[in-house]
Amino acid sequence: MCYNHGRRFALSSYLDGSQTGPFVGPNGDAGRSPSRPPASFMNRQSSSFADFLGSHSPGLRPGSAPWAGESGPGSQAVRDLPHGTTIVAATCDHGVVLAGDRRATAGSMIAKRDVEKVFRSDEYSAIAYAGTGSVGIEVIRLFQVELEHYEKMEGRSLSLDGKANRLAWMVRGNLGAAMQGLIVVPLFVGYDEESGHGRIFSYDVAGGPYEEHRFFSIGSGSVFARGAMKKLYADDMPVRDAVLACVQALYDAADDDSATGGPDLTRSIFPVIATVTADGYRRLTDAESQEYAEQVVQGRMTEPDGPQAPLRNG
Amino acid sequence: MPFYVSPAQQMRDKAEYARQGIARGRSCVTLQYEGGILMMAPNPSSALHKISEIYDRIAFAAVGRYNEYENLRKAGVTVADITGYQFDRQDVTARGIANYYAQTLGTIFTESNKPFEVEIVVAEVGEQPDGDQIYRITFDGSVTDEPGFVAFGGEAEKVSAVLKERYSEGLSLAGAFGAALAALSASGNGERNEIVGTQLEVAILDRTRSHRTFRRIRAARLEELIAEARSIAEAAAAAASASDTPETPETSDAPPAAQAPETPKAPEAPSDSAPPTGPTRGQTDSGSGINGDTEPPL
Repeated sequence: MCYNHGRRFALSSYLDGSQTGPFVGPNGDAGRSPSRPPASFMNRQSSSFADFLGSHSPGLRPGSAPWAGESGPGSQAVRDLPHGTTIVAATCDHGVVLAGDRRATAGSMIAKRDVEKVFRSDEYSAIAYAGTGSVGIEVIRLFQVELEHYEKMEGRSLSLDGKANRLAWMVRGNLGAAMQGLIVVPLFVGYDEESGHGRIFSYDVAGGPYEEHRFFSIGSGSVFARGAMKKLYADDMPVRDAVLACVQALYDAADDDSATGGPDLTRSIFPVIATVTADGYRRLTDAESQEYAEQVVQGRMTEPDGPQAPLRNG
Repeated sequence: MPFYVSPAQQMRDKAEYARQGIARGRSCVTLQYEGGILMMAPNPSSALHKISEIYDRIAFAAVGRYNEYENLRKAGVTVADITGYQFDRQDVTARGIANYYAQTLGTIFTESNKPFEVEIVVAEVGEQPDGDQIYRITFDGSVTDEPGFVAFGGEAEKVSAVLKERYSEGLSLAGAFGAALAALSASGNGERNEIVGTQLEVAILDRTRSHRTFRRIRAARLEELIAEARSIAEAAAAAASASDTPETPETSDAPPAAQAPETPKAPEAPSDSAPPTGPTRGQTDSGSGINGDTEPPL
């Protein structure tokens, strides 16, 4: 029944998967054959983009690249990859703040001074990562498409819990690579339209999610940032105060952790700060971020350790 | 006992079958306006859409059998998202999606016993009006490039005739909306079917937006647009009747206001006198059930 042997033959390398093309399926089948359309796009049962990607082009999944040669968390190759460092999140009055420093380190070197680790995941949520930069970017990119894809397919957004669970599954998908040292851990925040509050979800390399209350922090400087947040945070802070607390915490992290970068006044590089409220996701402009950073740096000129919390309660 | 049916006859039968299926439904229009692309369809359901978002700057409209075009819509979204993920968001084009649909529909038409009874339009809004693209794909997989405007579906010829008369380049949103409304109302055999807001599905690709440009126009904003389009048509009709009968304005048999949109060949009001064209904050949505503007106040 096949009348076009010639054309099929010419395309065989493309179709049998020996040569990768844009629509080659898992076994090179996916039918980009001239006589058969890519039927795999039709009759979709699931609205998950990541699931579809896994069956259609598994090679495009984050962390799916084959790993050869020396491996393990201690290997030089892994240590020399740029790593993102500290992220801080805090809930505030009817919303949530997510902030990250700008440094990426490769071993003891500073790999990049102006890296961005805080992203919009959809209208009412934001995501940031700590760990191997390249893997983190890939996971976040897939997560963004996943949320938008679901929204377009179903005509409605996932619930905040649905998004958090979805991300857990995607982080877990990277477990194999994580065991070889390509560790990446996200921090996910969102505005819950049901309850009208901001929420924070943390993850480990095997997934999660773990819901965090009030504030949380991940990355190499997270210990110091969390200590600072503990003394600075108050329930239902106004958004501006929560942003300021996060910038103070990032300053403290940079103060004590060599892998975390502080505000760089000479180069005008300031933390990336995002807020998610009933008005949706908003990334603070560079000018606004600068204002907060300068306020913190100015305060530290007289009090290098930052604002003092009262010693006795009440 | 099997009968021999010639391939030519088979194709004719299939085409006839598909055409009849499509002809049972109502028409849908897509047209360019100065700020983007307007898509409009008569649709009493607010949940089962004929018009949907495919990608950042690409939208989809269809007529025919719901289950068939819904399947195609989802396939289109998947193709767009896969392409955007593999390469970059700006590498997803209406032409690529239209080609995918043409290929799919063409194959279904030739290979399956029952052809799809659908007609599809894929539109992309450009950075500038000359970058706008509108493609129409029919049940047999033929694809045509339709510059400016297109009417498709059951009464496409009649709707298209009215639309051609009323369409001009650089219409305001209200002007384009009025033209589309007049065209859709013309579909019943010369007899006017008054279409009300609740029976309309309206969406735009808004050129001025960044990222996702697709917005549905609903409820209050839709009523507002209908009123704006009416007042433009009335003003145009009044101007036309004034210039038709300059000497005897008292005896003028100018149509009463309510019938104003019927006036044929009414010239479009100049766009600079038109009301604001962008959707008002909080009155449109992204098709996701999330109401409101994506850019909160600073």
